[in-house]
Amino acid sequence: MSNNVIVERERGLGELERRIAELREASAAQPLDMSTEVAALEGRYRQLLAELFGTLSPWEKVHMARHPARPTSLDYIARFDRFDELHGDRHFRDDPSIIGGFALLRGRSVIVIGQQRGRDTKENLKRNFGMPAPEGYRKATRLARLGARLGLPIVTFVDTKGADPGITSEEHAQSEAIATALVAFTTAPVPIVATIAGEGGSGGALAIAIADRVLMLEHSTYSVASPEGCAAILWSDAGKAEEAAARLKLTADDLHRFGIVDEIVPEPLGGAHRDATAVVNATLDRIDAALSGLTALPAARLLEDRYQKYRRIGQWQAEAQEEIERVH
Amino acid sequence: MPKRDSSLWTKCPKCGEVLYRRDLAANLDVCSRCGHHFRMHAYDRIAMLADGDFTEIGDEIAPGDPLGWTDKKTYSAKLASDREQSGLNESVVCGFATIGGFAVALAVMDFHFRGGTMGRVTGERITLLLEEARRRKVPCTIFAASGGARMEEGMLALMQMAKTTAAVTRFMDDGNALIVVLTDPTTGGVAASFAFQADVIVAESRAMIGFAGRRVIEQTIRQRLPDQFQTAEFLLEKGAIDMVVDRHNLKPTLIRLLQYVCHATPSFVTLSAPQSGAVEGLSKGDHAAT
Repeated sequence: MSNNVIVERERGLGELERRIAELREASAAQPLDMSTEVAALEGRYRQLLAELFGTLSPWEKVHMARHPARPTSLDYIARFDRFDELHGDRHFRDDPSIIGGFALLRGRSVIVIGQQRGRDTKENLKRNFGMPAPEGYRKATRLARLGARLGLPIVTFVDTKGADPGITSEEHAQSEAIATALVAFTTAPVPIVATIAGEGGSGGALAIAIADRVLMLEHSTYSVASPEGCAAILWSDAGKAEEAAARLKLTADDLHRFGIVDEIVPEPLGGAHRDATAVVNATLDRIDAALSGLTALPAARLLEDRYQKYRRIGQWQAEAQEEIERVH
Repeated sequence: MPKRDSSLWTKCPKCGEVLYRRDLAANLDVCSRCGHHFRMHAYDRIAMLADGDFTEIGDEIAPGDPLGWTDKKTYSAKLASDREQSGLNESVVCGFATIGGFAVALAVMDFHFRGGTMGRVTGERITLLLEEARRRKVPCTIFAASGGARMEEGMLALMQMAKTTAAVTRFMDDGNALIVVLTDPTTGGVAASFAFQADVIVAESRAMIGFAGRRVIEQTIRQRLPDQFQTAEFLLEKGAIDMVVDRHNLKPTLIRLLQYVCHATPSFVTLSAPQSGAVEGLSKGDHAAT
């Protein structure tokens, strides 16, 4: 049993996938032509895929964003031309839940920074389930400053439940680490492109997501609090998480409407992991295009535009309110 | 004027002592028996700090309900009841005042309004204050008290961390000083933005300060945390803040800090000596400048 509703739903699909593969194999091994049967099964498969994943509720997107097979930051970085990882916060330790370093993207030198969760239990333990400690944010700050000093654009990938809530993280001043990362990204006089690749969990996500251009995958989520946490606090009932997910307006469409996300990267039916290579390449193309536009701007203009972009978010008013009412 | 609980007596939540409200107020909302600092109302704090003048700004901007939020109650109903009970229309009061003769921008957050959470208007008011303080070239003092970003406003609330950060950096990059006083409690998105971006971070005695809430940590690690965890004193020991100050010493401490950041010669300002040793380290510089 998985507690991920998407993984659960994929079970029936897996059975069909096996049967198609078996039939294909059989038809290749024998002189019998079974292409009609294969085509029929494939038709059913596509139909089932559309039924299961054609429209996803906010709650289903929460689970899609947490899908164990969803491409992680390292899957994106693997498709860069080159990556040379840099380690450590220069103070205390290297936090593996944030990775980063020099990289070459479509021939352009950049600094890349991403939150990294594990894809199995062993890796998750190493990477603290993608929840960075202060040392992780201090590494991100250091790398952002490096990009700022050398004039290298900064590319980030967001994929975290949130900042680590633990004793040591509090002792090491998690608040200060995030607050300082926010400053580093706000003031870096180089283009910054952030991609919400998976879960965007609260301040721990925002810490590496202040950017000139924010991309978000179609089924990613970005939220002030986890639906479970929000339900526990505001409803005093963790069972209301599904309702909280709908109310929090955490989907790419919602956030695009609010001006918090600039661009939505489409995903194939059933989610990014169904064609990870295509999704990753399409995302990198968009990052590259965004960087091309931004590198043409003088630093002063870049910083002024970035200031105004975030300055405007609180002044959001009538227009979006009407939009919300229309959608409701 | 804020509407308050009109009963004559109240009980100290820490030691159980029954306190006469008028005495409690006269003692700056500090329990006379155990020294527990009650959470102060924003205007009481302003009265305690300002020399007598305070010009509020941004109070005309009031929160709406951007997400059409409902949980057990509607967000609009919660705002209405908080307005009624706190006399405030948002979790922060911003304005300009003089403290010990120094012109300052002052923002005071109030836990009695939505747990001091930061919504769009909270962020907007603090941003407006920092922008105006930057124009006037005066230092800014922010009293933080917050449960973090306000969930009922979703990501629009979270983005106030980005907005206030932007305003703080412009303000500070111009050479202006930001002094933050962390009061009980300061957590989440407020702790992780302007509160910990300050030049000087003061905390009020025994205030609870942290990123993650105590309950969240206890649930994560499945054990009870020691009582001292996340207190102002704990943070001082860990090196996260500059000083811990008792409420009675707060104004004198602020004035001494303002003298440094305003390059003022202390002889212009008459000051009584602080009551405890909390700011002892500052006295040397004082003499040197005279």
